[in-house]
Amino acid sequence: MDNSGNPFLPDIGTVGKVIHEAPNIKSLQVVLNDQHRMQSFRFEPGQVAQLSIFGVGEATFVINSPPTRMEYLQFSIMRAGEVTERLHQLKEADPVGVRGPLGNWFPYEEMKGKDIYFIGGGIGMAPLRTLLLFMLDNREDYGNITLLYGARSPQDLCYKEELKDWEGRDDMELILTVDREFPDWDRRVGLVPNVLKELAPSPEGKVAVTCGPPIMIRFTLQALDGLGFKDDQVITTLERRMKCGIGLCGRCNIGTKYVCTDGPVFSLAQLKELPPEL
Amino acid sequence: MVSREARFLATDNIPALLRRLGNTYRVFAPVKVSDTIVLFQEFAESAGLALDEQTTLPPKELLFPQTEGLVSYRYRKDAEDLEKSEVQVEETLEAPPTIIFGVRPCDARGLTVFDAVFTDGQWRDPYYKARREATTIVTVLCTQPESTCFCTSVGGSPTGIEGSDIILTIVTGGYVAEPVTEKGETLLQDEAFTPAGDKAGEAGEAREKVSVERELELDGIAEQLLDIFGTDFWEQVTAKCISCAACTYVCPTCFCFTITDDTTGIEGSRIRTWDSCMFYLYTLEASGHNPRPTKTERYRNRIGHKFSYHPTSYEGMFGCSGCGRCIKVCPASLDIRQVLREAKAHG
Repeated sequence: MDNSGNPFLPDIGTVGKVIHEAPNIKSLQVVLNDQHRMQSFRFEPGQVAQLSIFGVGEATFVINSPPTRMEYLQFSIMRAGEVTERLHQLKEADPVGVRGPLGNWFPYEEMKGKDIYFIGGGIGMAPLRTLLLFMLDNREDYGNITLLYGARSPQDLCYKEELKDWEGRDDMELILTVDREFPDWDRRVGLVPNVLKELAPSPEGKVAVTCGPPIMIRFTLQALDGLGFKDDQVITTLERRMKCGIGLCGRCNIGTKYVCTDGPVFSLAQLKELPPEL
Repeated sequence: MVSREARFLATDNIPALLRRLGNTYRVFAPVKVSDTIVLFQEFAESAGLALDEQTTLPPKELLFPQTEGLVSYRYRKDAEDLEKSEVQVEETLEAPPTIIFGVRPCDARGLTVFDAVFTDGQWRDPYYKARREATTIVTVLCTQPESTCFCTSVGGSPTGIEGSDIILTIVTGGYVAEPVTEKGETLLQDEAFTPAGDKAGEAGEAREKVSVERELELDGIAEQLLDIFGTDFWEQVTAKCISCAACTYVCPTCFCFTITDDTTGIEGSRIRTWDSCMFYLYTLEASGHNPRPTKTERYRNRIGHKFSYHPTSYEGMFGCSGCGRCIKVCPASLDIRQVLREAKAHG
């Protein structure tokens, strides 16, 4: 975000396509009304934006379309509170406020030449989607790409169209899992951290990127540790309640770091330097 | 600040000065509104000035209002297609020229904490910045510290100039005024200020005489607070806290805020309001998860922020100016000085 102007003043965008990802998750494709703003909108994979419904408020979401595909900005929203409830009511052509980009991003430069192991759970697939698409669009910069993605049930998996595409690609591997048996489900069954242990990827030359519900992240980090991944080989993203998104309002700090400006992307090595207040 | 720039302001000339300044500026000064409450209010001659005691609240509200509009918005239906609507959004920023007369050094210094965060960081807060630039701070140096004062323990001084534009030192018959900034120098051009003459020397001597005992030794406190982060110290120390947040409300350096929308019909305002890290809702997430679920974690963060995180991020500057108001207002008699002493001694 251009920090010469008023960082509290949102751009106005218009909702394009609305995608029903899962029973409580929708994706919105948003285009900024000001053509020049849209054309000059620059962001890095992993950065977030604040969406607003004027009269209800703002909430923070990762921009889960990659900067290599700028026809629109996509956000995936799980219905959880007041703002997300109203964002779920939006339909094509409705106005929505956009304040961003905000926050830091995945260290994709340092990840060049490495094998990338994505581990996602539920809506936690959103930030991974940005980075995965970005890497697929810059495929020659990275080694093997693997995605282990799980959800409670088959219908809770997001990005179903893309999963088909990723499935068909020969330059990445996709492993899907759900928490328990379902009729017609012929993929893996089991919690993401357990499946990860079964797959037992070697840490050699790899970077693991994980995002999901807190409980999944916790056990995934343990599993990665057990597999021999070092703390600087593991990258995750944090969530906190946010208001300003620019490191002023105070609430999203963990020690000296603000999740909104110093995050949301942290390596496990960085997280271990912070006071234990997750 | 050199003494040849010093001027004299006779006590008798103050009302006329403030009246004249009122033609160009909003002028605020401390007014005794009851036996125990002194507040900064817009100057009115009939109200009288209370320059000899600490105000009940710091002047931060004049630069960082308890509630202020950030943007206004208005929805409009498309007459051709009622299903369609659009929204217009505008910045609402007001920063009229303002003088705050009779500020204390600790409160002026408190503003430098705001400056570091709101105007000198990666992101600038245009609302605070505009008001800060439009405001002239006229500070009266302290002569009689109160028992709750501990400015010298956190790097301040009863005669400190940080954050001020003009400093006033009490002398016989009035004040010696000295400019700290260009803004202050401009104000001293008013006819109420006369050459200081011998008064300048008297002011210098008066300043020498004032002292506040440095009762806390805070070297190493930033690291110590991290060292005791996971101990039961915090549970013990917060046992009597009732999470009322009065300490943050009266604090000249607390800047945390929330943003909410206030709508009437098809239009409204996105407003910023003071918030407090002492409240449960401050960090409550939509999922129900709360990283600081009890007063123990919240108070630990408050002390951690002021004496560890802030100084670590801002070159040693504590998020505290030692004004002592939080000690005065705490209904549970939590004394931040005692907490810091015990924190240093813990483990």
